[in-house]
Amino acid sequence: MRGSAHRVLALVRKELLAILKDTRSRITVFVTPILQCLIFGYAASYDLDRVPYVLLDLDHSGASRALVAAIDSTGTFERVATLRNASEIAAPIGEKRAALALVIERDFERELTAARTAKLQVIADGRNTNTAGTAQGYIGEIAADFVRKWRSENAHAAPPGVRVITRAWYNPNLETRWNMIPSLIGTITMMMTMLLTAMSVAREREAGTFEQLLVTPYRPYEIMVGKALPSMLVGLAQATSILLVAQLWFRIPFAGSYFMLYLGLIEFLAASVGIGLFISSISKNMQQAMIGSVIVLMPFMLMSGLTTPIMTMPEGLQHLTLLNPLRYAISMTRQIYLEGAGLGQLLPEMLGLLVIAAITLPIAAWMFRHRLV
Amino acid sequence: MRFPTAAAPVEIRRVHKTFRRPSGETVKALAEISFEAQRHELTALVGPDGGGKTTLLRMIAGLVAPDAGAVSVLGIDACADPQSVQERIGYMPQRFGLYEDLTVQENLDLYADLHGVGRQARTDIYPRLLRMTALGPFTRRLAGALSGGMKQKLGLACTLVRAPELLLLDEPTVGVDPLSRKELWEIVRSLVRESALTVIVSTSYLDEAEFCDHTVALHLGEVLAQGAPQEIAARASGRVFMASATDGTPARSLQARLFRHPQVVDALPEAGRVRIVTRDAAPPSDDADGFSATFESTAARFEDGFMLLFRARAGEVRSTAIRLERALAGEAGEVAVEVRELLRTFGDFVAVDRVSFEVRRGEIYGLLGPNGAGKSTTFRMLCGLIPASGGQLRVAGADLRRARAEARAKLGYVAQKFSLYGDLSVDENLDFFASAYGLRGEKKRSRIGWAKAQFDLAAMASLPSAQLPGGYKQRLAMAAALLHEPEILFLDEATSGADPLARREFWSRIGALSQQGVTVIVTTHFMEEAEYCDRILIMDAGRALAEGAPQAIRARAPRREGREPTMEDAFIAVVEASRGRAQEAVQ
Repeated sequence: MRGSAHRVLALVRKELLAILKDTRSRITVFVTPILQCLIFGYAASYDLDRVPYVLLDLDHSGASRALVAAIDSTGTFERVATLRNASEIAAPIGEKRAALALVIERDFERELTAARTAKLQVIADGRNTNTAGTAQGYIGEIAADFVRKWRSENAHAAPPGVRVITRAWYNPNLETRWNMIPSLIGTITMMMTMLLTAMSVAREREAGTFEQLLVTPYRPYEIMVGKALPSMLVGLAQATSILLVAQLWFRIPFAGSYFMLYLGLIEFLAASVGIGLFISSISKNMQQAMIGSVIVLMPFMLMSGLTTPIMTMPEGLQHLTLLNPLRYAISMTRQIYLEGAGLGQLLPEMLGLLVIAAITLPIAAWMFRHRLV
Repeated sequence: MRFPTAAAPVEIRRVHKTFRRPSGETVKALAEISFEAQRHELTALVGPDGGGKTTLLRMIAGLVAPDAGAVSVLGIDACADPQSVQERIGYMPQRFGLYEDLTVQENLDLYADLHGVGRQARTDIYPRLLRMTALGPFTRRLAGALSGGMKQKLGLACTLVRAPELLLLDEPTVGVDPLSRKELWEIVRSLVRESALTVIVSTSYLDEAEFCDHTVALHLGEVLAQGAPQEIAARASGRVFMASATDGTPARSLQARLFRHPQVVDALPEAGRVRIVTRDAAPPSDDADGFSATFESTAARFEDGFMLLFRARAGEVRSTAIRLERALAGEAGEVAVEVRELLRTFGDFVAVDRVSFEVRRGEIYGLLGPNGAGKSTTFRMLCGLIPASGGQLRVAGADLRRARAEARAKLGYVAQKFSLYGDLSVDENLDFFASAYGLRGEKKRSRIGWAKAQFDLAAMASLPSAQLPGGYKQRLAMAAALLHEPEILFLDEATSGADPLARREFWSRIGALSQQGVTVIVTTHFMEEAEYCDRILIMDAGRALAEGAPQAIRARAPRREGREPTMEDAFIAVVEASRGRAQEAVQ
């Protein structure tokens, strides 16, 4: 047993030396995640800023003017033209001068005062689905907020009921980034550790050193552990650096427990390293390992809930995401980071990751020795 | 720079070239090289790896520019106008770019297309090329499915498809079996004789220089000598002797002894005797130990002359004595490796076809054969790297495929590419392999110290192993394999790429290890190295063709031109006889 631990430690040490001695690999492993995190943080959010829109106010009332003032004062929307009739809408949208047309229907103020549903039409450029959807939702929220205020100020007409707005944060700018950055902890570390692991065995196979390992007294599971641990350590270091960027640069407050986060990360990294080792055990060379990892990473990212909610996917695909460690990692880091979730709440994710690691790691170990060459 | 209408197709004048290693240090690849290759002649660049042969050929092909000096090819300045040079020459690099997923014919067509060879020209040249290379019956076979020798012939045909004026061949016979080697040289010589082509070929096989008109002997980027092979050989004339022991000492032991003798420049076991080159024109006098041997003067070869020049440059032989720290258990003569009816198939393909042999403790046992003969597959089964499809094998009393991991601690393994971790230093490599074999603490430190002292590695301890010179890589690989004092040592093509001196040192160490009871199994494609073995097994196409002591195998070849047959003659005789039988069986 002690001999075994000794051998594994020697392998771990050798792997870390190989990663850390080379300047290029040091940069790849430790600088790229931070850069990726910054790029994702700024580029991959659905923030709206100065969205150009055109206004068609058919009501010309105090209420309609107040609503327009509310929209203009957010700074999110920029009115580029004020139209006189509906036939003028097509041109600015078609020519992409405006992303949105806001039409305040006749009798807007009267309907409001009568506590009936007032009509507001938002026409968006559907060629850019993301912006259109977010902007529409945003205008809806501004309008709802306006209605609430307007009614309380004009108390003569009590609302037919109280509409509860459950939004925790008013500013959707923050919301996308707050959701995005914690998800990156899982996404970026998965990319890096999977590639690192897949390549480390493939590199040894190409150099012939893997056979050299196989003729030493190493048992397959010792090689597996010796290959998995260094990648996991690197993954944890990367996760920590992303965590620091999230808190120190993007100033997203951490609500949960670090113990839970790292416990979850260890499980998640074991699962993704297991997949990396599995890919490398069936690859003949580094090229195959690289292509194999990229092929697997792509669907993992798309089906992780990082950019599109899993609930909107077709049902069959939703079941398929249960095989995806990244899905669990993203939902887990979001819950721990933003909600401060505890073990009870995270049980499904923890279990899912455990099962994936418990299947992929032993398969990889078995494949080391039994793969037909 | 304009050259006057050059007389010689290739003129190299005082060329220098240095390269920069990734680590920042500069390496001198070529220093003050000058030579000419004459029209319609076969010129050879001869010397061990790292001599600058490939750089020189690439320079002639206009692929590398010299730092200083002039390169004129077919009257063109190759530095100023490499494109015009490349349009008129044929260059076959060491790894010729055959498309393995295309057939022989498709490869030829592809290269004809690339060089813009017209339809009419193709119908003229294809039959000639296919006849010359004997590839005619295989035009529909995938290039990837050809043997090493056939691949080289196809590469040559693809290079010749546009009828170049000058042909450059970079080590065309590396990794090719002796039979195909002979055929390739016949093709090249007929090209010079019949097609009046000018050819420059590089080789690290010193015996191949004899086939050429002009030789340039290179070592570490410098010209040791140049001239006709007979002129180089003549430098050693009167100093070459065949030594035979009169007291029954095996040739191997006599060779080891003579090699360390101060008056001896080179010693090689050959045909049961030892061929030596001496410093003075007289056989060596008795040394302190005294040996009883008779010396018979013999004609000098190119290799003898080369070794004389080489040793003058390379310096003294380092100590090759090696002492194990523990005496190995077990009796001499007991069976250490036993292989019975060993079978290995890959789909329909039979890689190893019911091979049986036994190796006794302390023996040096050689597996010889061309690429694809099945020796590597046999080797990998013995080491437990791949399972056998049938038959039995026992190594140190166990089948390593099924035995517990500890059983593997009894063997040491040096792979073909000296599998080391290139980024890690010599010390780190040794440390890792020591731990892998379960050594730790004081024991580990002392074993690493022993290995560094025995293999003279202390001065290089902190250098990354990828930057070690070739001979040192091999020593480090050997050191790593001996740290745990294995009973059985597996060496896969362990001398390929090593210079002649390093190869001789290597065999001295192997001899010393075997005397101390280590069983050694070795594969090699250098036929003359079989002379160092106690017994050898010749394999071809997965089958064992002949087994026995080197002199018994040699006796199977006919005496030719009044000289003792060499191992290479014997090998060719055995393989040809077997292939002839196989052909008859088919008909």
